[in-house]
Amino acid sequence: MELHEFTVSEAAATVRRREVSSTDLVRALLARMEALEPALGAMLHWDAEAALAEARARDAEPPIGPLHGVPIALKDNLSVKGQFCSCASRILQGYRAPYDATVVEKLRQAGAVLLGRTNMDEFAMGSSTESSVICPTRNPWDFERTPGGSSGGSAAAVAARESFAALGSDTGGSIRQPAAFCGCVGLKPTYGRVSRYGLVAFASSLDQIGPLARDAQDAARILHAISGPDPRDSTSLPDAPPDFVAALGRGIRRLKLGLPREYFSGGMDADVEQAVRAAVRVLEGLGAEAVEISLPHTEHAVAAYYVLATAEASANLARFDGVRYGRRAENPADPLEMYGRTRAEGFGAEVKRRIILGTYVLSSGYHDAYYLHAQKVRTLIRRDFRQAFERCDVLLTPTTPSPAFKLGEKIQDPLQMYLADIFTIAANLAGVCALSLTCGFVEREKKLPVGLQIIGPWMGEETLFRVAGAYEQASAWHKEAPLG
Amino acid sequence: MNYEAVIGLEVHVQLRTRTKMFCGCENEFGAAPNTRTCPVCLGLPGALPTPNHAAIHLVALTGLMLGCEIAPRCKFDRKSYFYPDMPKNYQISQYDLPTCRGGGLEIMRESYPKDAQKKVVAGRYIRLVRIHLEEDVAKSFHFETASGIDFNRAGTPLMEIVTMPDLRSPEEAFAFLSTLKLVLLYGGVSDADMEKGQLRCDCNVSVRPVGQEELGTKVEIKNMNSISGVRRALAYEIERQTEMLRGGGRLTQETRRWDEAAGATFAMRGKEMAHDYRYFPEPDLLPVDTAAWLDDVRRRVPELPLARKRRFVEMLKVSDSNAGVLVADCALADWFEKAVKDVTNTQGVANLVVNDLLRELGAAGKGVTESPVAPEALGALVALTDAGRISSSQAKEVFVEMFRTGRAAAEIVTERGLEQVSDAGAIGKLCDEVLEGNAPIVVQIRAGNAKAVGNLVGQVMKLSKGKANPAMVNAVLHRKLGL
Ligand SMILES: [Zn+2]
Repeated sequence: MELHEFTVSEAAATVRRREVSSTDLVRALLARMEALEPALGAMLHWDAEAALAEARARDAEPPIGPLHGVPIALKDNLSVKGQFCSCASRILQGYRAPYDATVVEKLRQAGAVLLGRTNMDEFAMGSSTESSVICPTRNPWDFERTPGGSSGGSAAAVAARESFAALGSDTGGSIRQPAAFCGCVGLKPTYGRVSRYGLVAFASSLDQIGPLARDAQDAARILHAISGPDPRDSTSLPDAPPDFVAALGRGIRRLKLGLPREYFSGGMDADVEQAVRAAVRVLEGLGAEAVEISLPHTEHAVAAYYVLATAEASANLARFDGVRYGRRAENPADPLEMYGRTRAEGFGAEVKRRIILGTYVLSSGYHDAYYLHAQKVRTLIRRDFRQAFERCDVLLTPTTPSPAFKLGEKIQDPLQMYLADIFTIAANLAGVCALSLTCGFVEREKKLPVGLQIIGPWMGEETLFRVAGAYEQASAWHKEAPLG
Repeated sequence: MNYEAVIGLEVHVQLRTRTKMFCGCENEFGAAPNTRTCPVCLGLPGALPTPNHAAIHLVALTGLMLGCEIAPRCKFDRKSYFYPDMPKNYQISQYDLPTCRGGGLEIMRESYPKDAQKKVVAGRYIRLVRIHLEEDVAKSFHFETASGIDFNRAGTPLMEIVTMPDLRSPEEAFAFLSTLKLVLLYGGVSDADMEKGQLRCDCNVSVRPVGQEELGTKVEIKNMNSISGVRRALAYEIERQTEMLRGGGRLTQETRRWDEAAGATFAMRGKEMAHDYRYFPEPDLLPVDTAAWLDDVRRRVPELPLARKRRFVEMLKVSDSNAGVLVADCALADWFEKAVKDVTNTQGVANLVVNDLLRELGAAGKGVTESPVAPEALGALVALTDAGRISSSQAKEVFVEMFRTGRAAAEIVTERGLEQVSDAGAIGKLCDEVLEGNAPIVVQIRAGNAKAVGNLVGQVMKLSKGKANPAMVNAVLHRKLGL
């Protein structure tokens, strides 16, 4: 087995046993990146020397944490002191963060080595990584297809074995949808489980940082390392992380699995539905019980999401004005012109579209009809989930209605692109946790992975891992690799 | 036709906290530019605000001092507009759930400008609409070819107090601000120095014919940097609006900028004022429940200047005007209270403090906390006069010496031999001497000119080199003259 094929757990164990060094691991992954990157486009930038220096430092000391010496890639919207943080946007050209995000601090405390920065949709706005101004990322299973988005670079890098795992961010499905498209495990934690301090905000009330990994165990290890209360994020929750890894083997006897009627009412590819239903039968075979439930306000989720997320984004992205950092338009006549030109030149089309939409829904005269209305829908969706979790332990849905779509297929049609997140958005609106794992493959031109979404209640990640752990015990989909 | 002005104020107050509103940077005036900044107050990508609870408590304290209703739950909102001084291009503020609502402030008579004391309307109570908390913006500096921004002030806690349109004259606005400033100082809420920008005031002013219920067209005026500047700006603006209406003109609702040098207001360009702030709840901050700590804050509410003044007048028998002077400076009033602690003649202490202490402090350019005379020492001086050991005019003399040298009153009195003669025998002898030498005056007195006794008292005092107890001299002379 080659070094780049390790999981996080294997890599951590071999480094701990001193069978390989962290430096060996970093070298192996750098070589993999050198070989694949020109075609794949999963990484935006990496500093080989810095990563090797970190690895050598880990090799020179006794293990400081459970991820000691394990290289991990980061989405390019996380702040690392001294590193570029472009969010795949022209407007942050040249900006280096002067501080570490809380998750970065925590990864370092766990002993991890920061490997490089993954590609993404500009400011995490998109579902295909095509809105990255640098380059699109390709799907390792089929280079003609997108890896999903916005954490497409993270998912592709993990699937292509360029990194053992990566962090992404999920505002409406941005971890789970690319995980499904690339055949990874992707977890959006409960809102408040992981500190957002240092994550460049898209929609503050929806954003969560989470892991993309090869299997559930790796995701559990990384979640454990990055979660917990943070005094720098007022919205972080006080709970210390429980032992997520232990939950993996706890079994699922008598667990109630809810199948939301609204998610299975047509609109998804037949073979995708088949794969999901087969996974449900596997779980039933392990002692769980499937029941049909209803999330009656599901059909309003996408609309409410695009009002709330864009409203928050319009304020969050107002700070990119050329005054203090990043790109600034040349020779503006006055501040107003500087703002206008800096932002016109610096933002891509999708980001502009969302800023304009968000500004509109908050404008006086429209605020109540859009923003306030969407808040009410959000309350109803939250209630849907609360009621569902009174009846069952987790909900099972497909992560996406179809497998990875083709590059260019939806980029000209924003509405179609928005609908790619139709199954993932509600979890963000409700603030609950959700995980996507591979539950089969379907044939298109190439073989493509299908994602099963497991949605858990607030702070219910342990239950997600029980289900994911049990499923991976009973299946081998997660062991499949693209690119040979 | 006669017109009256209707004025409402929006007062911004910088809070006296150790750190800024949403980050750990020091809240400090006068540090070198951009040395009190961090990712949060610079609005760097990814940085998040965390609330400074001390600032929220100060707003609640202000609300309690001003009789406001404190919201059981308040929250923060984002107010969006583009401005180079505003790092995030939105300001974290409070929109529909401010910390305080209602309340009001009774204007103190002493707060009116000196030259307008005759215009004072007693007991004017100005109602408040609300008090809320927000973050301050940075400060721009414009150089020849470029501009610079100092972000030290960015993100410092700023409290906004909004009044009802209850004020009717520039003098009243002046007085309201002066009383308010005093209350803020009493609460330790702010240093409230308008020249340092710690207190800033925008005015909404309109005029209407006397007797008309309906309000006139409202004009907002900005950029006054002293309380007297507010008075001047309002006077100018009321005059301008009245003239305009008298001349048959129409006023437009607008924002005008006060130019202190020109002594006039000027309309601001439209794009500087036409904002749609697009408020929405700040998703990075949770709502704040006030009940958990409100009782602690309640215990911090001090006795307010007006109540203190009433206590000085009623309990300590201090004259109204002296009491007004004393409470106008919290430290001075504190000093006074220490001085009268073991003294019965509280009025005498008040006189010495208001006349002599303040005169000497003024001449020496010192504040009351730097007084070389301790309050207890002044109390001891007044005790000497009360015991009849020195006269009150001697007390003034002794006080000057105390202030100069820092020595105790008794020491100076003994050293200078100032002690009064209160020995009846000695005074009797002096009186006899004077009566003998002033037979014509004695005749006048006996003939019914009782006033002439004063002349004799003066002579006895002179003979005693001022040491005789004047009250005793007066009594002895009366007895000897059979009056
Ligand atoms: Zn700061």
